[in-house]
Parts: sequence; structure tokens; C-alpha cells
Amino acid sequence: MDIAAYEASDGYQSLQAIAKGLSPDDVLQQVKDSGLKGRGGAGFPTGLKWSFVPRGGDAPKQKYLVVNADEMEPGTFKDRLLMEGDPHLLIEGMIIAAYTIQASKAYIFLRGEYIVSGQRLNRAISEAAARGYLGKNILGTGFDLDIVVHTSAGRYICGEETALLNALEGKRATPRAKPPFPQVSGLWGKPTIVNNVETICNLPGIITYGVDWYHGLTKGSDHGTKLFGVSGKVKTPGCWELPLGLPIRELFEGYAGGMQDGLELRGFLPGGGSTDFMLPEHLDVLLDYDAIAKVGSRLATGTMIILDNKTCPVGMVGNLMKFFAHESCGFCTPCRDGLPWVDEIFNEFESGRGSEKDLQILHDHVDYLGPGRTFCALAPGATAPLGSGLKHFKEDFDQHIKQKCCPYKH
Amino acid sequence: MSSSDVKMSNNVIASTATRPRKLSAEEIAEIEHEMTLYPDKRAVGLEALKIVQKYQGWVSDESLLGISRYLDIPASDLEGVATFFNLVYRQPVGKNVMLFCDSVSCWIMGCENIKQAIKDKLNIDYGETSKDGEFTLIPVPCLGDCDRAPVMMVGPDLHRNLTPAAIDKIILDYQNK
Repeated sequence: MDIAAYEASDGYQSLQAIAKGLSPDDVLQQVKDSGLKGRGGAGFPTGLKWSFVPRGGDAPKQKYLVVNADEMEPGTFKDRLLMEGDPHLLIEGMIIAAYTIQASKAYIFLRGEYIVSGQRLNRAISEAAARGYLGKNILGTGFDLDIVVHTSAGRYICGEETALLNALEGKRATPRAKPPFPQVSGLWGKPTIVNNVETICNLPGIITYGVDWYHGLTKGSDHGTKLFGVSGKVKTPGCWELPLGLPIRELFEGYAGGMQDGLELRGFLPGGGSTDFMLPEHLDVLLDYDAIAKVGSRLATGTMIILDNKTCPVGMVGNLMKFFAHESCGFCTPCRDGLPWVDEIFNEFESGRGSEKDLQILHDHVDYLGPGRTFCALAPGATAPLGSGLKHFKEDFDQHIKQKCCPYKH
Repeated sequence: MSSSDVKMSNNVIASTATRPRKLSAEEIAEIEHEMTLYPDKRAVGLEALKIVQKYQGWVSDESLLGISRYLDIPASDLEGVATFFNLVYRQPVGKNVMLFCDSVSCWIMGCENIKQAIKDKLNIDYGETSKDGEFTLIPVPCLGDCDRAPVMMVGPDLHRNLTPAAIDKIILDYQNK
């Protein structure tokens, strides 16, 4: 969508509200009231995150806004859609966010492989600058903002916000110790907010149409809409913007068309590769943060990966473990050494050499690599499909041991 | 000291003796532009590696030292960055790099058959370059196009809903380019 089409559908209207006197504190309050939670995976309240940034006369002059556009969570394909399809929505959202925290410089940390996204974002930035929405003294507010698209070179760990900041500073992308949190000391030691693409894309609607309108969108307890995706062997895989709080069944059967003919649903990861398996009995659970947490998983990125009854669950978990082992940054020992060990054991299972002892080692690693054991959330993320896979698909692991091969291939 | 240790230390000596390559005018112009976008020139390190790779095809020791000298970043730091990122090639690659997605959704949708089709056609595995120098095959983490899996990139182009039959045509198209 180019800028004319975007403006014709109420695009950049939020900036007119800001030009008419909406203060940064007003915007912050609206975002807090909206109940918007981060759409990158962690689901942290956006307004609360912003409120940690120092304000007032004593605050550092230079602050930064960074958009996390390093989409690389396995099975996640939503930010690409936004950036390729509606780049101005992201730019407008970024202006709102930067204005609120008074950041005069913003970086979009974009996956290097997202070439079309990069081209469209750069074009959108030029168009917005030509209209006076970017640059010096935006719409006479005295607020300045420049946006730079930074393209990365492919490492999953850059999705972790402090690793992302190190990467942006030109260092190896290993995570930083927290505290200090980026909101206080982030990019080059300055107060910095890192938000996901989809989170930022919620902002124009909230400011243009108001908090009440935003609250009216949801069908559940969390506010707003969310991009939901379905991949795997369903009839019509895809990505849709839907209200939060719909039953999973509506997404899975109504939008994704249910399983392909001849296949049955075995389980699914509700929000990318770092979430716990859910089962067919969970199809009536609602698609919001709390409802999914209640059954032991996470909504996370909202992009479901479907496991059918003719695909090997052991192979699927093994594939995820290979990914996490490869993408470990290597900084802390449990993750660097533990994940490749887990990956090796899955190779053993695949080739028919898996044993009871191996199974025990996998169980042990769910604990060794779990929350609190490692420096960042990468390895604990890996233990989500690992631990739930071991639990829900125990008979498949047992069959690999008993039959000395993958039963799905023989 | 074992013989392999001796060999390793010889390599280290050989590599420190490498001379930096003088960066081309085009490379310098692009690196200088990047320097205007960040408050610290160290932040340009990765971008400079990618710029050099764009012109040279890969990042040789000589190029890495050239960048190190130009940006005044210690070579060890820059090498740490170069080897950290998947898309910086520290070995020569073919004319077209195939970034092959083998993450979970593509795996469920049968990417192993696609990989086999590439292997059959070009006789290469991960990290290898075809004999004619046209193609290098590299695995890539989830390409974020999972509803159209299996997918891969060839150079800057994304190819979706891959089938073994489609591989033949894709390869032919790039060979004829």
C-alpha cells in the first residue's frame, strides 16, 4: 500500500491528533489504558514497558526506539506480512511510539533475508519524510524523528532484545545481563524501547479511533486483534487478523479449513517453536494470553504449527532441537553444550539407536535447560516443545526404541 | 604437543601474515554512507562485511583486514562478528546461494524431498558448491513464509510451495541467467 492509499484509509490521522496537542503523557496513558500486550512472544504490557523510560528535564537527551523485525521464530510468518503489505502502518506506529518516549532516532532491526520488506519500508520512509511525517519538527510539534532500516545477517538470538542491541552496536549478538534494562540503559547506554513489529502496528488504531474502540475489538479478556497463522498439513494454511478471544477451533477449522483429507490432528504448537504442544482436546480453548497459559502453553507469536497423525512427533521435536542447537549464541554453557547434546540424541532416535537411557537424558535436559538455568530465554524456549513432546507423545518415543527405527518411515 | 597442534599454530601464523586488501571506491562510498546512520563507526562493521561480500562474493581474510583497518575495529572483534552471523560467508560461494529452509513447518511439508531433489540434480550437500560454481546450498532458519512451505531463497528471490519437479525448473532458470 503506498502513502496515498494509506492516507485515504485514515492513515497518519494519529499524527494530526498529536499535532493538535496530544502530549507524550497523554499517548502513554492511552496505550496503558488500551491494555496492549507485546506481540513478539512475551506478551508484556506495552504501556508499562514504555513507562520505565526516564522522562522530564533530567532524562538523557538521546533516547532510541528499536523495532524488532528479526522474525525468525520457527513457524512464524506475521511480521513479514505487515511489512510487505502495509509498511506505512509500521512507520506511523513508530512515530507514535518514538514521540511518547521522545526518541529522535529509531532503527528497524530487519532480518537480512526479508529483502522485499526492506525495499518497501525504505520507500515508505521516503514517502513519509516527503509529507513531513519524519525529519525535523514533525507537523509543527517540535518533535524530530529519523528512521533507519538496519538489515541483520541471520541469527535467531537477535530476537532477544539485549542481543539485538549488541548486534545493532556492531558486536556479537550475545544477550546482556539485566538489569540494567534497555528502557534505562539500552542502545549505546541510552534509554531504549524495543518493540515487535506487530505491537507497533497496533498503535495507529488506538490513537486514531480511541481506547474504547480498541476495547470493542476483542472477544475475550485481552484487548485488540492479533495476527494468527496456521501452517502444516491443513487445507488452507495462512495468516489472518482476528479478534483475540476466539476459540482455536474457529481459526483451525473456519479459517485454515481443518486437516487435509485423510489426516487427523495430533497436536499443535499454538505460537511458534518455543511453545508447549497442545492437543485436539484443547480446540475450544480461547485464543488469548491467559486462556492458553491456563492449559500450560503460550499464545506467544500466535502462529500455530499443526502436527498431523502421519508426521512423526519425535522427528518434529528433533527438527526444533536442531534449530535451537544451531541458533544458540554459545555464550552460556547449558545452552551451548546442552542443546547439541539433545540434538544428537534425537539423531540417535531417528536412526533407530535411541535407548531408555537417552530418553532419561532428554527428560533431564528439560530441567537443565529450563527457566532460570540459562542466561536468556532461548534454551527455556526449546524445553517447551521438548518437555511437552516427551509427555504427550511418549508412545512414539517408546516405539522408536522398541522398533529400532522411526515407525513413520517403515 | 601433538601434530595437529603444530598444524593449527602454523595456520594462525599464516593468517596473521595476510595483508589487508585495499577497499574499492564503491565499497568505501557505501561504507561511508552507512557511517552517517550510526553514532559509532563500530556499528558499521557488519554492514561493511555485507557490502564487501556484495562486491567480492565472500569475505576473504584480506578483505576482513581491509575493513578492520578502515573502520579501526580490531580484526579479532570483526572476525567474531563475521563468524557469528549466518549470512556472512568466510569461504567462497557459488554465483547463486540457495538458502534452504529446513525449519519445522517446511520439514512437516516435506522439505527433505526437496533437498534430495537438489542433491540429485547438483550433487551438493549443505555447505557445498556445485562443480560449475553456480550454486551453493546453505540451510537457513525459518524463512517466515510457513503457509507456503516448503520455501527457499536463491540469491534475493524467494521460491514458495516447492516441489521436486519445480527444483529442476528453478535450477535451469538460474543456469540460463
